[in-house]
Amino acid sequence: MTPTTASKTSRGGRKFNLFDVTEKPTEWLIRLCGWSSIIGLAAIFLFIFREAAPMVPKLDWKTFFTSPRWIPNPAPGNEPSFGAFALIVGTFTTTFIGLIIAVPVGLGAAVCISEFAKGKVKETLKIVIELLAAIPSIVWGFIGLMVIGPIISHVFSAEPGSAWSKVMLTLHLASSESGASQGTNLLTGGIILALMSVPLIVSLSEDALRAVPDSFREAALALGANPWETVRRVLFPAARNGLLAACMLGLGRAIGETMAVLLATGHNNRIPQALTDPVRTMTATIAAEMGETVHGDAHYRVLFILGIVLFTITCSINLASDLIVKGVKKANQA
Amino acid sequence: MNSAPALNPFAATELESQKGRRLVLTKWVMFGFCALLVVPLVLILVDIFVKASPLFSWDYIWQNPVNKGKAGGLWAPLVGTFYLVIGSLLFVAPVGILAAIYLNEYAKEGWLNRTISVAVTSLAGVPSIVHALFGLGAFVLGMLPAINRLIVDPNHPEKKWEAGLLTASLTIAVMNLPVIITSAREALGAVPLAFREACWNLGATRWQTIRTIVLPNSLSGILTGIILVVSRAAGETAPILFTGATYFKFIADSGWQKLFPYSIGEPFVAMSMHLHVICTQISKMPDVMKFGSAAALIVLILLINSFAIALRVWLRGRKRW
Repeated sequence: MTPTTASKTSRGGRKFNLFDVTEKPTEWLIRLCGWSSIIGLAAIFLFIFREAAPMVPKLDWKTFFTSPRWIPNPAPGNEPSFGAFALIVGTFTTTFIGLIIAVPVGLGAAVCISEFAKGKVKETLKIVIELLAAIPSIVWGFIGLMVIGPIISHVFSAEPGSAWSKVMLTLHLASSESGASQGTNLLTGGIILALMSVPLIVSLSEDALRAVPDSFREAALALGANPWETVRRVLFPAARNGLLAACMLGLGRAIGETMAVLLATGHNNRIPQALTDPVRTMTATIAAEMGETVHGDAHYRVLFILGIVLFTITCSINLASDLIVKGVKKANQA
Repeated sequence: MNSAPALNPFAATELESQKGRRLVLTKWVMFGFCALLVVPLVLILVDIFVKASPLFSWDYIWQNPVNKGKAGGLWAPLVGTFYLVIGSLLFVAPVGILAAIYLNEYAKEGWLNRTISVAVTSLAGVPSIVHALFGLGAFVLGMLPAINRLIVDPNHPEKKWEAGLLTASLTIAVMNLPVIITSAREALGAVPLAFREACWNLGATRWQTIRTIVLPNSLSGILTGIILVVSRAAGETAPILFTGATYFKFIADSGWQKLFPYSIGEPFVAMSMHLHVICTQISKMPDVMKFGSAAALIVLILLINSFAIALRVWLRGRKRW
């Protein structure tokens, strides 16, 4: 081997390579980036708390959690009132309606994709689910506002005194005799949230079902169970925790959803009395009002406190579902 | 002779045929759930595109919005989305890929690795509006004043940076960090361990192995993850609401300024923001403009995602191990 020039060799006579010299710094850079998600999470909490902190001791917490009076900009001379109860109720009712629709549909579709569908049908369904997940939340809000909203207000409208009007009143489908006051309401928001969380529930449940060993299925079939009995008696119990975690992540996503519910729920600060009453959620309140606040005033800081509440709720849901999945792994190893 | 079928020892008993019928029924119910997803989606998309169809032309893309979006095209929002995507990728792609390398190649099983995984899933679950609050608190109110103290000439205070492309890109980047970490880690994990062992046996160091063997073999998977991040960055509205997006941004109608309209310290408008503004903030907005804007955003997102899907299918066919 002909000796190379000194400038091109390093110790040991190997060819000089910038990457080799920088190996140690690179490893430290990689390590730092590895911690980036922890840093990011801590920074999120830190900065939101920093903006909210001056208001934390001053806020009337009892009013905040129990009063539905959210009046951040009162008429001159009156005290502002920060009662977020109606917003919290709005968030949870919309989420509840969304999940009532999304969980059965999502689990059904996941079972269908992982156990019943084959070949081309399966591939097509998976791609459709993926595209469903890709549609941005603002587009879902638009769909709620312009496509589903008009349908809902058409279906839930009636002549006062007619049979459908009485049915709606007795079943709490609408709170007035003439039906839903507007197309964007609790039900529309729930449907939109369902459509948004279904893809997540489907893909995670499908993973959970696929993780069940094939020997379970073979044993069930050998005992004479048909596919449906296999799903119900063997796969559901075996994948129980994974399915639960999928539904919880769907819940977390639905609670944190912003733009879709801003456009599709009607944005009315009231505790809903019927299925088609307009409501307002915590996320939509932050999105709609932050632009109007003055930096540093009470309203601004209370919106950050709402953000902390949301952050706490979604983080606990995520941690809980993570623990559930971890429990599965331990059980499988044992 | 009528009793002959009953003598068939293989004939289905009453219970078995009942079970069979129920199986067929449940199968149809399952496929019904799938249809419940697919059919409304198709109907909604068709509805949107039919109502937006009068606008379809190249001018609709090439022209700037006129009169608060009541007429004209989508050029300004398109440019804004493009630069937002590029900007957030510049921040998130290196950090995310290096983080995935750390998690997959360096980190040992233990509490630290476990904590990082939990942090990644928690970060993925943080609501987008909370990311917006974080961007407002950290980048707009924390970082920008610091930058302005450094760069702004006291004699020209009007040249200071405002909440704009830079702050919005950073916010979107933090939001997409868990997405890219997860997908890149999956891609790295798909490279067989034997490849690495062979390389180590030849005397290569850990970083050399990663650089010459692991990264080239997982590049395509990482690329798919990057495309998904692009599609998410292009569609998000909430995180850019208070961190740099504005309702309207006027950009030049011709010349270089049409392609490079503003600096990173200037507010911008994006496709998602444009749709939000013309749907909720402007009264007497013609419906066709709303449908047109929504249809354009859907087409953009679906194009990006189909590209990712096509790439993945092509790669699966090409895989040699």
